[in-house]
Amino acid sequence: MSDARERILARLRLVPGAAPPAGTVPPAAPEATIPPTERVAQFRACLEAVRAQVHVAPVADPAPLLRRLVAERGIRRLLYGADGPLAPVLRAAFAGVDGTVLVPYDASIESWKEDLFYGIDAAVTSSLGGIAETGSVILWPDAAEPRLMSLVPPIHFVVVAAGQIHATLDEAMRVQRWAERMPTNALLISGPSKSADIEQTIAYGVHGPKELVVIVTA
Amino acid sequence: MASRSDFGRRVELALGSTAKRANIARAMYGLQHKRLAAFPDRAALESLRDAGEAIKRRALARLPELLEQLEASCRRNGIEVHWAETVEDANRIVLTILRGQGARSLIKGKSMVSEEMELNRALEHEGIEALESDLGEFIIQLAGEGPSHIIAPAVHKSRHEVSALFGRMFPDLPRREDIEGLCATAREILRRKFFAADAGLSGANFLVAETGTIVLVENEGNGRLCTTAPGVHIAVTGIEKLVERMADIPPLLKLLTRSATGQPITTYVNFISGPRKTAEKDGPREVHLVLLDNGRSRMYEDPELRDSLRCIRCGACMNHCPVYVRLGGHAYGTVYPGPIGTVLEPQRTGLDRLGELTEASTLCGACGEVCPVRIPLPKLINRLRFDAVRTDGGPTSGSGRRRTGREALIWQVWARVHRSPRVYRLWLALATRLRRLAPRRIAGWSDARELPRPAARSLHALARERGFCDE
Amino acid sequence: MSAPTLPTRPQAVLYFGTCLVDLLFPEAGLAGMELIRRAGVRVIYPADQSCCGQPAYNSGYRDEARAVAARQLAALDGDLPVVVPSGSCAGMLRHHYPELFAGYPLEAEALALSRRVFELTEFLVDVLALRPEDLGPPLKVAVHTSCSTHRELGAADRIGQLLDGLPAIEIVQPRHSAECCGFGGTFAVKQPAISAAMVADKCDALLESGADVVVSQDCGCLMNIGGALARRGAGPRCLHIAEFLLERTGGQPL
Repeated sequence: MSDARERILARLRLVPGAAPPAGTVPPAAPEATIPPTERVAQFRACLEAVRAQVHVAPVADPAPLLRRLVAERGIRRLLYGADGPLAPVLRAAFAGVDGTVLVPYDASIESWKEDLFYGIDAAVTSSLGGIAETGSVILWPDAAEPRLMSLVPPIHFVVVAAGQIHATLDEAMRVQRWAERMPTNALLISGPSKSADIEQTIAYGVHGPKELVVIVTA
Repeated sequence: MASRSDFGRRVELALGSTAKRANIARAMYGLQHKRLAAFPDRAALESLRDAGEAIKRRALARLPELLEQLEASCRRNGIEVHWAETVEDANRIVLTILRGQGARSLIKGKSMVSEEMELNRALEHEGIEALESDLGEFIIQLAGEGPSHIIAPAVHKSRHEVSALFGRMFPDLPRREDIEGLCATAREILRRKFFAADAGLSGANFLVAETGTIVLVENEGNGRLCTTAPGVHIAVTGIEKLVERMADIPPLLKLLTRSATGQPITTYVNFISGPRKTAEKDGPREVHLVLLDNGRSRMYEDPELRDSLRCIRCGACMNHCPVYVRLGGHAYGTVYPGPIGTVLEPQRTGLDRLGELTEASTLCGACGEVCPVRIPLPKLINRLRFDAVRTDGGPTSGSGRRRTGREALIWQVWARVHRSPRVYRLWLALATRLRRLAPRRIAGWSDARELPRPAARSLHALARERGFCDE
Repeated sequence: MSAPTLPTRPQAVLYFGTCLVDLLFPEAGLAGMELIRRAGVRVIYPADQSCCGQPAYNSGYRDEARAVAARQLAALDGDLPVVVPSGSCAGMLRHHYPELFAGYPLEAEALALSRRVFELTEFLVDVLALRPEDLGPPLKVAVHTSCSTHRELGAADRIGQLLDGLPAIEIVQPRHSAECCGFGGTFAVKQPAISAAMVADKCDALLESGADVVVSQDCGCLMNIGGALARRGAGPRCLHIAEFLLERTGGQPL
């Protein structure tokens, strides 16, 4: 196949003519200016417009809120990252809660795929922040909080720090230095799964989670 | 492939399908409104389009260099890069990867390039099941049809048709008539497939050379499932999907989702930069990127036609095309329909086979007006009309092959009359004086309209009479 | 590419009637000339003009189009503004002549011409600032803007501006007003089924709008729509904006 590579590149190189100099910056697209004080509100409004749920947690302790949200939905098996940043809070929150069991994602998917697909009611993850302009949560899944957590279970709880909500994706990429350190998988999640493929009418929970519950902490 | 009469017959069929036309028109007018609502500030929109055009122009200007950079970045990340000149090459590559895995099934996210490849047919021929997971693609796969729109493949179907289809294909499942119920049915069926699939396939909305990243947008979550659950992920895409830097993504993403469906962003935007790392617990163990040429490098050679490679596959052009609105995608008989299809497909397959598509346009300009990266679609359609009849051997495949003696003669006579002021005025005098002999019917025109007769006096004559002439 | 700007009102203009108007709708062409003359500007109709060449250009026969276009360059030579009672032909002269002649002799002349071309309503509004006095009865008017006027010239709003000053006129908005009527020059003959479907929808929308009159900058569109309405035996009158204005302001019907 390197033959194909050489031939394709050779054909592309045949073309004479001036290319814009390397590193020419395109005209700046207008940036949304969302003052920091309005970011949470904008973030929330966009998410709620697409049927995501947003709760602002009291500063001191998100545990009661989490317990309530989980109990309201009758969640019995809640997936979490045992080595993730939320682990201590979660373990404390659900210690001694009868109806809900915390299930750690602590083995490779191959060993417990059936359980993940058919036996987990919800998952809870941390995040790398959010984007106000589009109501997006930034997720960088890793070994502690793997990718399928935010995808397979029908309900996804995600914790977003208010101070990490950026105005735009462009700002988030710059501040968080994406280009220098892309993970295996980086994600923007902007609502529960949906489709309008039938009669252009929106239906939710098509393949990904049917519910996205965002908990914003100060 | 389409011959002249084939296209004409498909047009007739499409125009006669009242229900389908209604479905498509409702959807397209809806998408037009949504796009308009997504871009409330005209000046900001134009500025954004400028940025999108500049980013894609710059990337295309440096395409060979950036492709090499992409390959190096991907390799560093552990993504294996393959190059395919033709769709046969691409299918062969995919088959080799799948056989190497012992894979018997492939679950697919939405990929128009895989339609170019006719991948499903190639795999089924080798005993490998190719399953569509995007809801619209899933529906039409069950129906044995091709997509009629690049973003909304089942736009021509009503819910009742979908319900009947599911009822036929899955008689054991409870029959639902409502849209939410139909989606729930699809979710249940496809969940089992995601679970069991040996390999997953996706396209790519953008490729970032700087970081070796595949960017995918979607609303359903099936794309993520295809690229995360199975042990192997294969991404197939065209070589022109490249951008230089990660910072190029935000403006293009904005343009893409708003132009396509009026959404500020899709539910998921997926940045894939490599296979599962050692400590990670899920994700594919292998990621392959297949870069397909299939005529793109040839389009690249012509500086005017190269503009068509800027396309980010948003579908806005076809959403706004008055011809597409009335025909739907199937009438075109091509992978890509609508205005962008009219520009790309004859270049790829030859003007001799698909040149008639360039006639199916009034050059109204609605497409060019909404293209997020300012592809001058009407200009390119006109350029292909020229290529189709030119005598000097143009660069496009099939150049000159649509020229007929009859039409060439018509234009030669027309030119003879109109380039000589005296012959033209003579023609006017005759046509006006002998107006009663003018034809009462002209084929095509008179099927739908009355035909005006020449005036009694031409404007030339009247102007002279009223003193408006040259000094 | 938007309309040229003129530092002062010209003493005279060249008038490019267009071949369609010349043979089939001369009264529309004359109305435009009359409106300009009444505003105190001399109108010169070069006798050597014929056709802008667009029909051949849009069919891919560029050599033939260029040969005819070259003659128009000669006929329209000079410094005077050129006024065209057709958005489609004005678009050809302003946008496509530079393309057609790129790399050919007369390229400079084509560019020079393109910089002084006005579609009629652009000229009436932007240069003459015409404020017609309305002497007509109350009327519902629908505006059909040709695609060229809309998208090539960006001049779709000029008819509206002219009509705004006529108090007895009510402007009605048909459904999908900016959608193509299906004329497209040779398209109506080369793809008649699609064209018929488009003009049928356009006629339905116009009939539903309750308009008494449809006005447009382009006689091609009017011929298409008017011809289809005539076949139905019903619907609003179709008039070129120049004829309509002349009528409304008490000019003699031609």
